[in-house]
Amino acid sequence: MSRRQHVLILYLESSALDSRVIAWSNYDGSGRSRHMAGDQDEPPYKTGLHAMRDGWRLFQASTLNPHTPGDEFRTGYLKYEFFFEQLVTADE
Amino acid sequence: MSNAELLKTTDMARFAAQGYLRLDGVVPESLNEQFLKDIGHEDEIGSALEHYQRIMGRSAIPIVPAGTSLNDAYPNDSALAKILALPRVAGAIESLVGGDCVVDHHFLHITFPPKLLEKPAPSQHTHQDSTIDPRRAFDVQIMYFPHDVTEDMGGTRFVPGTHLRIVSEAAISRYQNIRGQQRMVCPAGTLLFVHHGIWHGGGANRSDEMRYMFKIRLAPTRRQQRLWDTRDLDTRAPQRPIFWLGQPPEEDDVHTILTTKQPWHEQDTGRLEYLNAARFWRYLTGDDTFDADYWLTRVENEPQ
Repeated sequence: MSRRQHVLILYLESSALDSRVIAWSNYDGSGRSRHMAGDQDEPPYKTGLHAMRDGWRLFQASTLNPHTPGDEFRTGYLKYEFFFEQLVTADE
Repeated sequence: MSNAELLKTTDMARFAAQGYLRLDGVVPESLNEQFLKDIGHEDEIGSALEHYQRIMGRSAIPIVPAGTSLNDAYPNDSALAKILALPRVAGAIESLVGGDCVVDHHFLHITFPPKLLEKPAPSQHTHQDSTIDPRRAFDVQIMYFPHDVTEDMGGTRFVPGTHLRIVSEAAISRYQNIRGQQRMVCPAGTLLFVHHGIWHGGGANRSDEMRYMFKIRLAPTRRQQRLWDTRDLDTRAPQRPIFWLGQPPEEDDVHTILTTKQPWHEQDTGRLEYLNAARFWRYLTGDDTFDADYWLTRVENEPQ
């Protein structure tokens, strides 16, 4: 029996873990489930905290960076990105 | 005299705020049929490779050098020339990029059903065309759906309101699902006009049918200022009460349109989207004093 990483990425409405999920991605290293762009219209959890309560372990959070002078109003990538994992058993 | 039906100010404001304009079933069935014939579609398809090679080899879609005037790009008797001359289509083009725009490129996107593939193809990652592009001027991409597109056919997915975000093409491919994303499910003959910056991707075709989407990217050759029907434009409208309103805002008011929250907006940068939409409206109207709900006035207020 070997273990694989199942990664859930949640993009939240703010830097607070209990804020609303606005975008999400799901990558299952066990191969049991397959996810792709556009496959779900509703997020798997309401907030990041709801994912933690369901056993997802947070292992990375985006940092809060100071704003570059002159570039304060430019928007780009989603700002509040949180990586969660579960270790799952893979079929041999 | 042109028979183009120009966009109204509210249509243009919605495009400025949401980055898209959808014209459902605007192309008559006879032209959809002619287009499918022009590209070499056949109802019976042996294999995906054979069909793809046939279309690439025999299609009547012209080879158009980048920068060709749209008016010279398609033979007059072609389905594409007739579609682009439809009053509502010509009017949208004229309003967004001007009647003297040029073709950047065009491409026929073909999405095969699983029965014609060894392995079902996944959806396309979310991306922004075509490279990092911080301009205020903008190109439009016209996506033409020549047949009915059902939910399981994987019509183009896009996220309204993402067009003003400056990102680098496939750098956003990590984002699988975003609240508020839309998928094209539409009748034959639908055109989707999008700002070049909108986040989008093709869907997975799970049906038994072929899915075609023809895309034309158009670039302006003139400043995109007041190209639509501006008879109802009033940039000098007074500022409204904000936050404490007493009653819901008028939904067709330009201020409301430019400051409407999208389901994916972050709490803080969602507000920056309002500022950026108001700045985009200043660009489109040529009025540098315009503001929507005081968002720009507040941060520009530096009394001397």
